Amino acid sequence: MKCVVGIDLGSTTTKAVLLDLDGAVIGRGITNSRSNYGVACAVALEEAHTTARMHMLRVAFEKHGALGADELHTLLDALQTAFRLELFLAELGHLKSVITALMKSPLRVASHPERDAAVEQVLTTVAREAPRFFARGNTRRSDFFRDLAGEAFMSAAEAISGKSGVPFEQIVGLYDRAIIRVETELERRDFATLLAAATERVAAADEGLTVSMRADWKSIARQVAAEPLEDIAFTGTGYGRQTLPFPKDSVRSEILCHGRGAHHMFPGTRTVLDIGGQDTKAIQIDARGLVSTFQMNDRCAAGCGRYLGYIADELNLGLHELGPLALQAKRVVKVNSTCTVFAGAELRERLALGERREDILAGLHRSIMLRAMSLLARSGGISSEFTFTGGVCKNPMATKMLAELVRENYGDLVHINIHHDSIYMGALGAALYALDDVRAGKPGLLPAFATATFIALPSAGDAACHA
Amino acid sequence: MSGAAAASNVAQKDDSQRRQKEMIADHFAKLERAKEDGRKVVYTFVPGNLTELLRALDILPVLPEINALQSGMRGKSAGYIAEAEKAGHSEDVCTYVKCDLGMMLSGNVGPTGTKIPPPDLLLLSYTGCFTFLKWFELLKEAYKCEVAMLHVPYMPDGVVTPDMRRYVVDQLRDQIIPALERVTGKKLDLDELARRLALSRQAEDDLVAVWESARRRPSPIDGYFGGVYYIGPMFTAFRGTEEAVAYYRSLKAEVDERIAQKLGAQTPDGPIAQEKYRLVIEGPPNWTSFYDFWRMFSREGAVPVASTYTRVGGLYDTGFRHDPEHPLESLADYCLGCYTNLGLPSRVDLLERYIKDYSADGFLINSVKSCNSFSAGQLLILRELEKRTGVPGAFIESDLVDPRYFGKANIENRIQSYFQMLEARKEPTRAQPQSGSGSVA
Repeated sequence: MKCVVGIDLGSTTTKAVLLDLDGAVIGRGITNSRSNYGVACAVALEEAHTTARMHMLRVAFEKHGALGADELHTLLDALQTAFRLELFLAELGHLKSVITALMKSPLRVASHPERDAAVEQVLTTVAREAPRFFARGNTRRSDFFRDLAGEAFMSAAEAISGKSGVPFEQIVGLYDRAIIRVETELERRDFATLLAAATERVAAADEGLTVSMRADWKSIARQVAAEPLEDIAFTGTGYGRQTLPFPKDSVRSEILCHGRGAHHMFPGTRTVLDIGGQDTKAIQIDARGLVSTFQMNDRCAAGCGRYLGYIADELNLGLHELGPLALQAKRVVKVNSTCTVFAGAELRERLALGERREDILAGLHRSIMLRAMSLLARSGGISSEFTFTGGVCKNPMATKMLAELVRENYGDLVHINIHHDSIYMGALGAALYALDDVRAGKPGLLPAFATATFIALPSAGDAACHA
Repeated sequence: MSGAAAASNVAQKDDSQRRQKEMIADHFAKLERAKEDGRKVVYTFVPGNLTELLRALDILPVLPEINALQSGMRGKSAGYIAEAEKAGHSEDVCTYVKCDLGMMLSGNVGPTGTKIPPPDLLLLSYTGCFTFLKWFELLKEAYKCEVAMLHVPYMPDGVVTPDMRRYVVDQLRDQIIPALERVTGKKLDLDELARRLALSRQAEDDLVAVWESARRRPSPIDGYFGGVYYIGPMFTAFRGTEEAVAYYRSLKAEVDERIAQKLGAQTPDGPIAQEKYRLVIEGPPNWTSFYDFWRMFSREGAVPVASTYTRVGGLYDTGFRHDPEHPLESLADYCLGCYTNLGLPSRVDLLERYIKDYSADGFLINSVKSCNSFSAGQLLILRELEKRTGVPGAFIESDLVDPRYFGKANIENRIQSYFQMLEARKEPTRAQPQSGSGSVA
């Protein structure tokens, strides 16, 4: 199957969207951008390929026709969950090998047999517990390996440290060192192998699923896994787009891509707000989805996604936990500064004054959105429909504050689009531009770049990449 | 990408750029020898400078903004600004002022490495920038030097009334000329002033011909980055001199030659390969990353065909010329008409005219954070121009000579986004994918 790829290399997360040649979205992937942009792109693209194959699997099952809609939904859901679990376990294996290498490093200062045993125990516990994270009905707040594994590792380390007497810091110290390497090394995963393991897992669990079809669906899965998936054109966008190994014409500004993506998802869109990790952009688009004007923050990244990242670090929380916590606020503390550099100081000052964490967080969210409102005003205000894109869309308190401020400043008539997939808007726009290129038959964008290797990108970290 | 030398970072320059550099170096050398040559030195500002008057009394002008921008281009401004901040000037003060004060505090060695003599008089032509007043107040204190102030009325609606003209002429006659005569101990020779004004007029005719050459496609000149070289002699110490006449005659010949050869605008990487976008620019360039900034345009095929910054020291392409028949009146009209002295409606009118006359595809505003008098209202200018012309505008923010306020990645991002926006608006073909809304996957 031929497809086109949009890559949005953001400062916090990297997204990939795959479109088929009719322009239908068939796959998407996201990962944290980490310190190695090349690996981030490869991981996001691989994830997009995975979802594309899941999509192909759905199409193949539908074509086979033996399953009813409900049964099909249940089967695909079970398969996808099992696949995620297999992927997690494979990545956990990678983490374990890195930790083992660190424990056996000839450069280690002293041996710590008790600590090593405790770490082994922690890893075994995490692997044993893993199916629970992916159990049906259990909502994960993040699918990033770093978040999932980190949470599980910390919780197991706490318990085992208590029992074994090995200090908690010693156990997690190894994890902290290892996870950086795991994130900057690319381990190729074979979709067919993982899917085969996932099908076995689903079949074994059974749960009354499609027993009569079992042989059939396994063979369909094998066929889909073997079918070639060919990326014939790429467009890159996002904060790190200049580092992508694409020709100049295949690199587009995220302003254009977010405008295009937002218009594609919500054709009534006329104003777009994109809050990314490093920049906030207010974009006005016309009825065709073309950008007519825009404003973005200057070099100061105050009030951008990164600000929330620092706040989360300061509170020792995951980024995904901030919004839900802020929603529990009883009042909104007035926060004047959204300076990223002073984020920690601002927070500690308020805590020192006796304010509740939740209330401070509510204030921080409001002040971010006030800054965005100012940028929107500078770009010409908000026209309905108004679409919010970028990673901060995932934060429920941010979207709540935005909606309130839009209502306060522009009344009730503005229709606001906030989609749970808004984080992909830039990558979607990029993929649409790639599709334009294919349709225009632009030379140089097609097969030569199908094999574009992201791994050749400059590495910000010192870890080597293993393709 | 333009030109064969695109990969090199050494900027290519044409003859006129080299020539004006030599003229400026020669002027600094004269300044260094001013005391031994027995010549008086007057500090004054570019907008509203009365160079013919100074020259008629054999006075050498020093232009602090030019020193500051030259220091910026030569990598010296960061140190000077730090000196001024150490001396108590806030981070938000105009960076030209701080660069100039820092240079003074560091021994007053000019950008070309020669010593700049202290002023015998500070000639303050007030033409719209209120910081000028404060700047010379500081220099007055530092040099214990007299200030002669020419108050030029602000032009809210762009029309010079007889009262305005008379008000300026009276000050020239009753205050400015007597102050200059007192400092030099000489009597102003009105014939010499008229002769110099006639020289200015000749140079101004050639400069306007150079500006108007940009109406062609491709434009043989860059009216902003190249333009700041073209205005060098006219805005600094050379108006009303034979050197300026010769410079503008040769510049015009150089441009005529480019037209004959069908060459596009000169860029740091040689003649531009393809003129993709024609732009009008409002606001000064950033000086500390001047060539980086220029290449953000030239390497995308964007050619500034007209700019307002190149009119801050005198607006000639709306018809004004210095007039030897009416010397003081024409000096008054010159000061009144400087771009810095125009109200927002006149600025919008002028930009609109440039966008239309020069067939611009877009316009860009570089807003300078530390320059309140010039930057105030620029977003309104943007909206109004978009409304009147239908041509989309871009807005970036940087600074004059403080390198801390030039965020290269951010500015480049905005500029590239803008060019891609212009490009996308030209493209007729668009992929119309199947699904109109809903989920990404």
